[in-house]
Amino acid sequence: MASKFTQSNRTGWLMAGPAILLIAGFVILPFFLAIGLSFTNQRLVSPNPTEFIGLSNYRQLLDVATLTLEPVRDAAGELVLKDGAPDYPSIRSLTRNNPDRPDLAGMREWFSFSTGGAARTVVLARDVVFMTAIVNTFVFVLVVAPVQAGLALGLALLINQRLRGINIFRALYFMPVVVSIVVVSLLWRLIYDGQSGLLNNLLGTLSFGTLPAVDWLGNPSTALGAIIAMSIWQAVGFHMVIWLAGLQTISPTLYEAAAIEGASKWQVFRYITWPGLRNTAILILIVITMQAFGLFAQIDVMTNGGPLDSTQTIVFQAIERGYGKQDISGGSAISVILFVIVLTISLIQRWLTRERS
Amino acid sequence: MKVFKLAASAAILAWASAAQAQTPLTMWYHGAGNEVESKIITQIITDFNASQSDWKVELQSFPQAAYNDSVVAGALAGNLPDILDVDGPNMPNWAWAGYLQPLQIDDSRIATFLPGTKGMWNGQLYSIGLWDAAVALVTRQSTLDELGLRAPTLDQPWTGDEFMAALDAAKAAGKWDYPLDLGMAWTGEWYPYAFSPFLQSFGGDIIDRSTYQTAEGALNGDAALAFGDWWQGLFQNGYAQATQDPADRDGGFAAGKYAFSWNGNWAALGALSAFDDTVFLPAPDFGTGAKIGAASWQFGVSASSKHPEGAAAFIEFALQDKYLADFSNGIGLIPASPTAAEMVDTYKAGGPLSVFVAYSASQGLVRPVTPGYVVQAKVFEKALADIANGADVAATLDAAVDEINADIGKNNGYGH
Repeated sequence: MASKFTQSNRTGWLMAGPAILLIAGFVILPFFLAIGLSFTNQRLVSPNPTEFIGLSNYRQLLDVATLTLEPVRDAAGELVLKDGAPDYPSIRSLTRNNPDRPDLAGMREWFSFSTGGAARTVVLARDVVFMTAIVNTFVFVLVVAPVQAGLALGLALLINQRLRGINIFRALYFMPVVVSIVVVSLLWRLIYDGQSGLLNNLLGTLSFGTLPAVDWLGNPSTALGAIIAMSIWQAVGFHMVIWLAGLQTISPTLYEAAAIEGASKWQVFRYITWPGLRNTAILILIVITMQAFGLFAQIDVMTNGGPLDSTQTIVFQAIERGYGKQDISGGSAISVILFVIVLTISLIQRWLTRERS
Repeated sequence: MKVFKLAASAAILAWASAAQAQTPLTMWYHGAGNEVESKIITQIITDFNASQSDWKVELQSFPQAAYNDSVVAGALAGNLPDILDVDGPNMPNWAWAGYLQPLQIDDSRIATFLPGTKGMWNGQLYSIGLWDAAVALVTRQSTLDELGLRAPTLDQPWTGDEFMAALDAAKAAGKWDYPLDLGMAWTGEWYPYAFSPFLQSFGGDIIDRSTYQTAEGALNGDAALAFGDWWQGLFQNGYAQATQDPADRDGGFAAGKYAFSWNGNWAALGALSAFDDTVFLPAPDFGTGAKIGAASWQFGVSASSKHPEGAAAFIEFALQDKYLADFSNGIGLIPASPTAAEMVDTYKAGGPLSVFVAYSASQGLVRPVTPGYVVQAKVFEKALADIANGADVAATLDAAVDEINADIGKNNGYGH
């Protein structure tokens, strides 16, 4: 039975066909393959047959445990002090070849805290690098999404004016988006260089040499921040254009009416511009969130996840394992975990921004 | 006019059928982008094609950075060439995966070759190199004299203590930004190639080579922990920098930023042209003998080749001393055979780089010969980078051991 949808849309199907085929081949099919492979021990290069191994890949990635560490005490029960602080047994002595806790074998300290008293609670993870990657990715998203959206809106408001030569500014702000992210990352690696980088020279000159040179990408405490700043700068122009499109859909009659009513600039923004941008804002938030979760190229070019895992991210780990370490099943499992995270967040965003009737 | 056309087409036909008589053999090579290297390899192929009438080798070059990925992708697609080149430590992985077949060449042809050029896996020869590479501690004679240091020799290399005393002296002199340039900017295979010999000299290893089934004890035993503490100390005590500008790696020694540079023979000509009194010292001995990495790029025959005898004939042809010497003259590599070395001014006895031949022959140790090496190399690289950046030594090495062992388990022991 030929419905109207298939019949009179023949041209439409013909035009969409190539894209549908490509998306099916390169997005949809790999998506289902990844889910399937994540339950196997599939390797990139191996003569061994692929075996179904259930949830083992996920357990390897997500397993966590806690351990309570009692400080070392001498025979009299007094704390043994080392450099003035209580001494704790090494985690290593408890996780390796420990017949009492075979379940801890292969686990590492992720972080530890103390809840008062002398005992310390240690959280162990089977894959500390992956846990760090998850935390880093969330930090990246939580900073980039609001800051990039806000900056882009500011830029869009600035260039949404009838000024002579405004197109020059539009082009300038948009330029980083057009340049390949790999090229941008390479350039910023030079800017961030610890010895003779542009940023260090600039800061040194501005502070008359009082600021010491910082190895921005080589220091665990600045590396992720440096990548966040560079990523925001790179893609802000793209979102600026979307905001601009949103701004230009708002009817000028509303602004004229506001001018007649004598509304202040803030009132115009608050009661006309912002409500008019509602749908644009939702779109931008979702797009930035999804893009930010996919953080990869900057890491691959600039830091390779280092120093000390301070810039590990979920996607970088997926590719590093799947391709670099030839562990396709492990990489697939990471992709599936990322998919679940992004899906959950998107659903929450949809729910929070739903039309309330 | 017509006659001319006829004659021309007859000539073309004759040429075409002559060409068809030669069975085509495809070949992949990693040296795209290097003009000198391309010229030499093309010359060998032209000579080979002209020297006999059975085979015609057709070359396809790849940039080195994309080469391994291309081979893996080609293999997955069932599309490998007849002849391919392979980086020495990767060879067992490709042989195990079934990309390569044992190489059928006459043993007597390679009897005198440097040990690092022979790619052996499971007791069989899979690949052979036209050259090897070696690493030395590059410095200047004037630096040694100024700091009052004994010149180490192959028979009597510096001990670990002497090496540290040399670094201390260089640090105290205050003439250099850092006493030692390790090449930290060269991430990737450089780390296991250049730094795992230090670990092996301490008595540890990336993996237990008696079984190739576990890294426990080798990579986190007492010797490895001592190595780790020493390695971390190099950076914490200001002997070397943990993150290095790539430009400093390439030009830092020549610019006088470093007193010592841990670098390969391929950079030796540059160091010699920077300073007349450049010397290439042997690796220090940290307890169980001085070690350096061995094995460079080698040639092998793909398992899917329909004409392995033709592929082997080409590889045997390429093993002639004159080609070994060409590569050495062209891009500074160590000729695989002593007779070829005598044909190269820099490497012949008494030549400025001849020490590299001796280092390669007596200190060279191949990286672990196991298909799992490709993963172990990455794990080792990350562990060394983390320790250099201040991570806890024992915990980092333990984690590396766990990751290596988990990988071996996932691969059912890699067929050992």
